[in-house]
Amino acid sequence: MISFDVDVIQRSWEYLFRDGMVFTLKLTGLATAGGIVLGTLLALCRLSSWKLLSSVAGLYVNLLRALPLILVIFWFYFLMPYIGAWITGANRPVAVGGFTSALVTFILFEAAYFCEIMRAGIQSVPRGQVAAGYALGLTYWQVMGSVVLPQAFRNMAPVLLTQVIVLFQDTSLVYVLSLTDFMGAAVKVAQRDNRLIEMYMFVAVVYFIMSYAASLFVRYLRQRTSVAR
Amino acid sequence: MIEISQVSKWYGQTQVLDACSTQVATGEVVVVCGPSGSGKSTLIKTVNGLEPFQQGEIRVDGVSVGDSKTDLPRLRARIGMVFQSFELFPHLTVMQNLALAQTKVLSRSEEDARARGQALLERVGLLAHKDKFPGQLSGGQQQRVAIARALAMDPIAMLFDEPTSALDPEMVNEVLDVMVDLAKEGMTMMVVTHEMGFARKVADRVIFMDAGKIVEDCTNDEFFGNMEARSERARLFLSKILPH
Repeated sequence: MISFDVDVIQRSWEYLFRDGMVFTLKLTGLATAGGIVLGTLLALCRLSSWKLLSSVAGLYVNLLRALPLILVIFWFYFLMPYIGAWITGANRPVAVGGFTSALVTFILFEAAYFCEIMRAGIQSVPRGQVAAGYALGLTYWQVMGSVVLPQAFRNMAPVLLTQVIVLFQDTSLVYVLSLTDFMGAAVKVAQRDNRLIEMYMFVAVVYFIMSYAASLFVRYLRQRTSVAR
Repeated sequence: MIEISQVSKWYGQTQVLDACSTQVATGEVVVVCGPSGSGKSTLIKTVNGLEPFQQGEIRVDGVSVGDSKTDLPRLRARIGMVFQSFELFPHLTVMQNLALAQTKVLSRSEEDARARGQALLERVGLLAHKDKFPGQLSGGQQQRVAIARALAMDPIAMLFDEPTSALDPEMVNEVLDVMVDLAKEGMTMMVVTHEMGFARKVADRVIFMDAGKIVEDCTNDEFFGNMEARSERARLFLSKILPH
């Protein structure tokens, strides 16, 4: 019978949260912000009447959604130094930190998913709203910024947040780049102290509590927006 | 003010406007009627460029609508439009609905925009509702706000696309009253509507459309007073909607 050692959690929780969870939340937050901005721009491109723009955006979205995230993480990690060198014209690969590499990867990858959510959100706004905006003399960007996107965000808030929860869980994949996120920190402690069961259990409980709390908030948000309609 | 000449429009193979020509003089009120699918809504939407057209020309205050060099947003800002389904912005309060384009398009200050909005809401009798959201108002109230929103831009002409068709019967009059007042003040108006009572009361001219064509284009008295001279299609249409 293996004894369950709670002490290891007590000894390490400060490190787990201060280093690991802060990293995880930082990556999740920044990737969400970047992903939503890029995804929204992609959605506008996809819905553009300019064929070239919409097909390029469509190709991008379909390509990234067809690749496993872990492949994209590796891909960018090993390629970014060369892309950086190519852009800056340097003749040696540019040193790109693990965090930057991971952040760029998640922004580019999540943008494809946020794009599809925002596209549905933009299409959920009646066409008459756009016409009314134009009729008042607003330009395309003013109609989008003041009329369509605020409503699209409001309609899609629950779905966007659900995607953020998925992203929050997916950030644990950065352990393949030897980055110390919450999961990575726990693995380190587990291997150092040989307390695999305790640590993996603890990590699971923390992820569950945070994700479940967030999904309860999503449910609340869904009810509130459905009433307001 | 508005000159429409030989305008034709196709959706793919289907022709929806067939060489339509008419004009609306400054201060004139023109009612456009006709069976559904006759192209009357499409015609009025070509006037401010919401619907593109393939042939012909439309000039508003001398500016060509179809010309690709025309600054359409600037032209549209000078033409008010009221829609069948109101199209107030549901995420903004009534006052914000009125102020949005004033500040963004006319570059008015927030205070000026609110002052203008305030005056117009008072005029349509809805000042008390200025901080509500559109969803909290009745259909008739929403449409009156929509009229105020269009007027806030100080337009040179107003387009109405079936402004009362989506309203419950008891709310039709509150909207028509506002429109009658506007007409009496000399606003240039082009109104697509089935409200023949309104047409009889304030229209200077009545246009009857069928199958994308302008079939009748005559003065109020001629249109309603001289039934024998009307086309068979117009007589049939009127006989169906007038008795009620």
